[in-house]
Amino acid sequence: MSARRIFARPARFAAIAPYVWMVLFFLVPFGFVLKISLSQTAIAQPPYEPVFDLTAGWTAIRAAFAALGIDNFKLIASDDLYVFAYLRSLTVAVTATALLLLIGYPIAYGMARLPKRWQAVAMVLVIVPFWTSFLIRIYAWINILQHDGLLNQILLALHLVREPVVWLSTDTAMYIGIVYSYLPFMILPLYATLAKMEPALEEAAGDLGAPPWQVFWLVTFPLSLPGVGAGVLLCFIPIVGEFVIPDLLAGSNSLMIGQTLWLEFFTNKDWPVASSAAIVLLVVLLLPLLLYERLQRRQLEQR
Amino acid sequence: MTDELPRTDAAAHAAGDAHPATGEPLLRIEGVAKTFGTFRAVDGVSLDIKAGEFFALLGPSGCGKTTLLRMLAGFEAPDEGRILLGGKDIAQALPHERPINMMFQNYALFPHLSVRDNIAFGLKRAGMARADIATRVAEMVALVKLDGLEKRKPDQLSGGQRQRVALARALARRPQLLLLDEPLAALDKKLRENTQGELMELQRRLGMTFIIVTHDQEEAMTMADRIGVMNAGKLAQVAGPRELYEAPRSRWIAEFVGDINLFDAESKLRDGHRLVVGTRDAGTLVVAEPRQPVGESRFAVAIRPEKIKLSRRGPVSEAGHENAINRLDGVIADVCYLGGTTTYKVKLDTGGLVQASVANSARLDVDAYSLNQQIVAWFSPDDCVVLPS
Repeated sequence: MSARRIFARPARFAAIAPYVWMVLFFLVPFGFVLKISLSQTAIAQPPYEPVFDLTAGWTAIRAAFAALGIDNFKLIASDDLYVFAYLRSLTVAVTATALLLLIGYPIAYGMARLPKRWQAVAMVLVIVPFWTSFLIRIYAWINILQHDGLLNQILLALHLVREPVVWLSTDTAMYIGIVYSYLPFMILPLYATLAKMEPALEEAAGDLGAPPWQVFWLVTFPLSLPGVGAGVLLCFIPIVGEFVIPDLLAGSNSLMIGQTLWLEFFTNKDWPVASSAAIVLLVVLLLPLLLYERLQRRQLEQR
Repeated sequence: MTDELPRTDAAAHAAGDAHPATGEPLLRIEGVAKTFGTFRAVDGVSLDIKAGEFFALLGPSGCGKTTLLRMLAGFEAPDEGRILLGGKDIAQALPHERPINMMFQNYALFPHLSVRDNIAFGLKRAGMARADIATRVAEMVALVKLDGLEKRKPDQLSGGQRQRVALARALARRPQLLLLDEPLAALDKKLRENTQGELMELQRRLGMTFIIVTHDQEEAMTMADRIGVMNAGKLAQVAGPRELYEAPRSRWIAEFVGDINLFDAESKLRDGHRLVVGTRDAGTLVVAEPRQPVGESRFAVAIRPEKIKLSRRGPVSEAGHENAINRLDGVIADVCYLGGTTTYKVKLDTGGLVQASVANSARLDVDAYSLNQQIVAWFSPDDCVVLPS
């Protein structure tokens, strides 16, 4: 296809643009990571071998290919450290996502029922934290949660506790941080589905004899499931790989996979093992995505 | 269709189980008002509706008819007044506590449920036994002729089919009162006319009480036993279709329901059972004396277009005679052929404009008039209505 024809058909160009993007910024880097994950660590620059040298000739490249192996994956599978890190990441992600859904749904529902002009205001309020750097907000939480921080001051002033509570370096602090940071990603897709739902549907359910809680469970909630799915994925996937929040707010006795990865990469300088861990994480995360896609397709087929 | 449909609870109701022949209405609306902010949407409406009646609330958009209906369904609580259903005040009851069902304007079918589950929704909420639900759903499906579509989802149905599901769903609980919010507005003309007939048939057979909200006067006239015309939150007139059309109570109603020619009166003179009225636009007109004397207030003489006859030479009539006829000379200013009728606009020599509607009773246009033709428009005093301005 000549350049002229590409520009003559902007629609076709637009259709291939996402694929170009995916190849350039996902598939190619993924290929690098995959290659490193199959290499062995070495005290060199870069710190692994073999290194493909395209100028070295055909035989050298074939030898490099032969040197690749799955030893790193075997190591990850056999070492409890990694298995526990994955399990902890999944536990944290499931718990945090459940908390986010429980907190985010009522907020999104309330927003969708506000008068139109107030909905815009509520929307801005949800997004406004993004105007401050994520890192600064997490440091602010350290400040609030520390021994003589705001939270303990309030609790003491209200005589709810007799001495300051230890918040920092606990899972509670980490969950506070995660829920706080990811709440907008849960609220926004939920709000979008709930806001476009026809109010007459809830009225019809009430008219047909359903008390308010049944109206919610039989009509509102099932119809908001696409928003629930989107919100859950938007939160669950990045939380599994979360590094900053657990590193700053949680204790160091049990690590999430993101932290383990970081340690391998920067402290142990073991790029191949870190790359293997990243690939395993990707596979773990692909599962819920594929499941969600299957579910959506089945819903479409039912129509 | 099943002919042996069991009589509904509402039919039993209508037969007097709940109200021995006292003539007490099924529904009594007493001085109901609703204000949104500073806007008084419904402004002191009182109305009685008998069991088994087909009642239409007619009015332009924003007149308060939908708000009134929503108060009957329980989606809005009235600020003032009472709503009595079978003698019990339900004004503050929640929607799910009322033996009333509603058919929504855009049907509001549950998109995630099949036709069957949509119809069964209300029955399940009523705690009906599984077998009874199946029977009732089958009955409803047959009633609205949806056989074979039970497993479809609403978005796999045509507009007409969706309308039927909505109707079946609202009827399934056999409500004492069925509310219909513009039930036919989304259908095309032919389908709408057929459905009108079916709705009337259904209502008569089930003996249910229907209240329909519509902005379409033809629809209201075709279907309803009585029509309540609403304007600016108030009931302007409650009457049967004929009375509403032939004896509108105000100038606004006369203009809202059908077409009408209006002539403002400038002077009046009593002459036996007649009034001789001087108008600016149509000269002197003789009209039958209205039931309510006009007194000294300003008024207008009104005549429907189809009651005006046109001819090349009008009938001879003497002004003082018992059978005096109103005669207006003019020229044809506009011809509008509509198939069954032709509407002519006649420019009167006295300055006014008169619209006359003539039935095309012959296929050939031997009787048709052409533009700029000299013509006499005439009509009887009995066909005129005197309306306070």
